[in-house]
Amino acid sequence: MPQADIDRTIQAVWRIEQPRLITGLSRMLRDVTLAEEFCQEALLAALEHWPTSGIPEKPGAWLMATAKHLALDHLRRAKMLARKHEMIARELEQEQAAMPDPDSGLDDDIGDELLRLIFTACHPLLSREARAALALRMICGLTTEEIARAFLVADATIAQRIVRAKRTLSESGLAYETPRGEQLSERLASVLEVVYLIFNEGYTAAGGEDWLRPQLCHEALRIGRVLVAIAPHEPEAHGLLALMELNASRMAARTDAAGEPILLPDQNRALWDRLQIRRGMLALARARELGGAGGFYALQAAIAACHAEAPTVEATDWPRIASLYAALARLVNSPVIELNRAVAVGMAEGPQAALEIVDRLAHEPALKKYHLLGSVRGDLLQKLGRHGEARAAFEAAAELAGNRREQNLLRRRANAAASAAMP
Amino acid sequence: MRFMYIVTSPQPHVGPTPELLGAMHKLADREIKAGRMLDNGGLMPVETGAQVRISDGKLSVIDGPFVEAKEIVGGYAIFELRDKEEAVAMAVEFMQLHKDFLPGWEGTCEVRAFAGP
Repeated sequence: MPQADIDRTIQAVWRIEQPRLITGLSRMLRDVTLAEEFCQEALLAALEHWPTSGIPEKPGAWLMATAKHLALDHLRRAKMLARKHEMIARELEQEQAAMPDPDSGLDDDIGDELLRLIFTACHPLLSREARAALALRMICGLTTEEIARAFLVADATIAQRIVRAKRTLSESGLAYETPRGEQLSERLASVLEVVYLIFNEGYTAAGGEDWLRPQLCHEALRIGRVLVAIAPHEPEAHGLLALMELNASRMAARTDAAGEPILLPDQNRALWDRLQIRRGMLALARARELGGAGGFYALQAAIAACHAEAPTVEATDWPRIASLYAALARLVNSPVIELNRAVAVGMAEGPQAALEIVDRLAHEPALKKYHLLGSVRGDLLQKLGRHGEARAAFEAAAELAGNRREQNLLRRRANAAASAAMP
Repeated sequence: MRFMYIVTSPQPHVGPTPELLGAMHKLADREIKAGRMLDNGGLMPVETGAQVRISDGKLSVIDGPFVEAKEIVGGYAIFELRDKEEAVAMAVEFMQLHKDFLPGWEGTCEVRAFAGP
């Protein structure tokens, strides 16, 4: 096997074991950022040894034993005299004496530790960008390079972001703590926000060449699934998972072979992913059972569910979507939500009623640079037969769009409106 | 990438031991908590099923068991993973459990990627 293939195989084995490794280490070290470092070092050790020794029969046990050794050495070498560290070193030595215990790996319930890891990586003290990078690194096991590629920024930027975030956590003494009770729900909001940010960055890339970056969607979905498994009583965790599953179910239908976006009304619904829709509906039902039907994510998931259940655009329950957007607008006052409500009203009651809402939004400062305002307005004007105005709206929207694929789409629509305007 | 795991065996009547079942449940639990396993299921013995077959242009229904079948499908699982290497690593871990907890058993875990759009 060529070296590159061996390395890929080893990395794959490591990623499978990564959640158990990092949670096991963080429990021992009482520091999730330190745990993450030894988790990485265990990977380096595997990359060094396994090509000659072969992959062990119990790779998880090997990685865990190696990481423990490394952690112990580190603590000894650093001569950390603090009592905390002495105590940990002693505990580690005792555990080491009991090693190896190759079959115990599966017995660890990683749930609590994983929850702690996620809450630490997504601490509200950190910026949203730092939280996203740390979450991808610590929960999904992505490398700095992979994270940088996903967010279209330089490797060094991400590396620095991670180092700073870890330092912030260590210096504030927050590297190992779990919120409980009421604090948990509060902190959960910070976690969900980051997961949704990661998902959306993949679902509708704000910039760059590609409109969709599926890997980010998959990573966000994975964290979402982890969250509902380890925090099963939090309705908004189910709500967010439902929203992501339902939106992601349309991924295969959202772009054509050339990577250009296909808008919802034009999508081939046969390409929607039934398994994902089923999972999304289950998660939404769970959110409702837990009393969370009116939550920020559950409401958006309910809107996505209306689309998922509709066999055609025409058969979609637009009045219900409009009322769900109205409920969402009562929850968070946002012109973007109002714009979305306008689209639903347009489908339920006709373009004139929708245009009245959109025109009321025209002077919203928050929407000044928002390309979708022009896009929606152009669409409504087009339907009303006002082609000249529609073309101007699409052209203005294309100027504001940051993503090249979206620009192309809006220019095509402007041209179509221009052709329709011809007598 | 989404992968289907199909477990087949020429010894369909060798049922899992309680130890194997326990280990598999723990693995499934870990994988659900890791957000990687989407779906899984075991299948009832072939006697409970049937085959609907087209051969020589003729359609026929055959009730189980199927004497000529060499490998019987016993169960499946669906995982969302990053690449084929990860998918294979997962299958190796799954089959290692069979080696450890069901000595003498023989079988195959086939790993197949779902067709993309």
